[in-house]
Amino acid sequence: MERRGSLFLFSVLCFGIAVLYIPILVLIGYSFNASPLVNVWGGFSTAWYGQLWHNRQLLEAALLSLEVAVSASSGAVILGTLAAIALVRFARFPGRLLLTGMVNAPLVMPEIITGITQLLLFVSMVQLLSWPHRGFTTIVISHVTFCTAYVTITVQARLASADRSLEEAAMDLGAGPARAFLEITLPIIAPAIVSSWLLCFTLSLDDLVISSFVSGPGASTLPMVIYSKVKLGVSPDINALASLIVCGVGVIILTAGWLMGRAERRRALEMQLAEQ
Amino acid sequence: MKPTGSPGRWLIILPPLVFLLLFFLIPFAFAFKISFAETAAHVPPYTDVLQLTPDHHWHLAATLANYRYLLTDEVYGVAYLFSLRTAFFSTLICLALGYPMAYAIARAPRTTQSLLLLVIMLPFWTSFLLRVYALEGIIRDNGLLNTVLLNLGLIDHPLRIMRTNLAVYLGIIYSYLPFMVLPLFATLEKLDATLLEAAADLGSTPWRAFLDITLPLSIPGVIAGSMLVFIPAVGEFVIPSLLGGPNNLMIGRVLWDEFFGNHDWPAAAAVAIAFLLLLVGPIAIYQYYNVRQLEA
Repeated sequence: MERRGSLFLFSVLCFGIAVLYIPILVLIGYSFNASPLVNVWGGFSTAWYGQLWHNRQLLEAALLSLEVAVSASSGAVILGTLAAIALVRFARFPGRLLLTGMVNAPLVMPEIITGITQLLLFVSMVQLLSWPHRGFTTIVISHVTFCTAYVTITVQARLASADRSLEEAAMDLGAGPARAFLEITLPIIAPAIVSSWLLCFTLSLDDLVISSFVSGPGASTLPMVIYSKVKLGVSPDINALASLIVCGVGVIILTAGWLMGRAERRRALEMQLAEQ
Repeated sequence: MKPTGSPGRWLIILPPLVFLLLFFLIPFAFAFKISFAETAAHVPPYTDVLQLTPDHHWHLAATLANYRYLLTDEVYGVAYLFSLRTAFFSTLICLALGYPMAYAIARAPRTTQSLLLLVIMLPFWTSFLLRVYALEGIIRDNGLLNTVLLNLGLIDHPLRIMRTNLAVYLGIIYSYLPFMVLPLFATLEKLDATLLEAAADLGSTPWRAFLDITLPLSIPGVIAGSMLVFIPAVGEFVIPSLLGGPNNLMIGRVLWDEFFGNHDWPAAAAVAIAFLLLLVGPIAIYQYYNVRQLEA
């Protein structure tokens, strides 16, 4: 019974992982197909990749998306880390429940609702203040809003498990609270901050629905361009672009994971040595 | 950190609090206001609900027409129920598939565990839009699935999956599966193994021990995972738009068309507000279990 149970669990796990990965692998396979017809294998070719470099519309959209993603994830990391510190370190303050709610709600809020409401806010703000103009600024603001939630959740978990006695020891030795935090706790939560920056970067790079609502004329992000092309059917150059993005992001994430795992092990070793 | 009560802590609390208030919560107030406006042929395309008259009085020009329209035009009711049904069954299938996966990961040795988690997480980190597009390569009429089945002689002509509701189900399950596995893993991992050993010592079969101990203790993870799948799935736009047929009227798609197709902003605002009110219950359940899990 026990063995049969384990076998069942293992099979479902393998099936689930296969479901998650097969479509992506097939897509990468198609991207090297010389034939533009999807069901005919015309031999191995990298021609579709070459074509991407001549598509101005795609390149401009990619540049805008990268700028948005870097700005939004940097903003979200600052706000999200502050929110995590507030929620973990300050047991009670006016607005704590409100902050908890506003940090968690964007994780489940359907994007289409966030998109519409934020657009209506921006339009009303322009009437009152003549700012912000729809485009780069509004897309960044919207992305910071939903990314902040992911940062707070990640950093909050890390901060809650961090040992406060080290920070207290530093303060006993005369360090101010800010300095104790910066020198002791910040290095401990740094991996969480780095990984949430990367998560925000990929989420921002991928967002279609919210960007479509809040962007203005002339500001099309990469997902918006991809969506309008994909809507017309499968196209081989999008296969190549998709493979590039998926593999690029995959490599970044795996490298970051490996670096952080290494830093973690080194820290654990140092802690062990210090305790001896 | 500064002792509680010091004014310096507001430097930490205020930036995220004010930003989220301004750009997450207050937008709902504007959407609420505009849902009482009428469409107009200028920029922005709606009338002012609150007008300042020349003699400096506020004049309220609100109309309930948009909400009346919501209740009388049955397309909204049908779309909403259809979205709820699609999201509900997709969530159930995700749970059926995700629970054994999470359980298998939770019982794996430590080193394998982090590798498996990375494998589950990686698709979530890569593009959602592109993964939905990738699924099209599998399920379309001349896609991989049909090619394999035809060559094996299992079917005579290609299965029609693309542009059907089945494609939407497959899309949601495929895209949201990691969201189900991760919270389930988090609760199953914390489970005290000695409880199961005690049950075994007392003569309980593994299946019995699972039903009596593991399952009840993992309920918070089941609820958190289900809500993480269910709530966004109800409002899903990309999946029905790319994989579903023209008759697949999920509420996200209706809302998108109302906005970009008909340019009826007040009606779209009213749909969004009504939709949000119907989601308040599930969101509150999610928040409740999420906060409890964080504080545990």
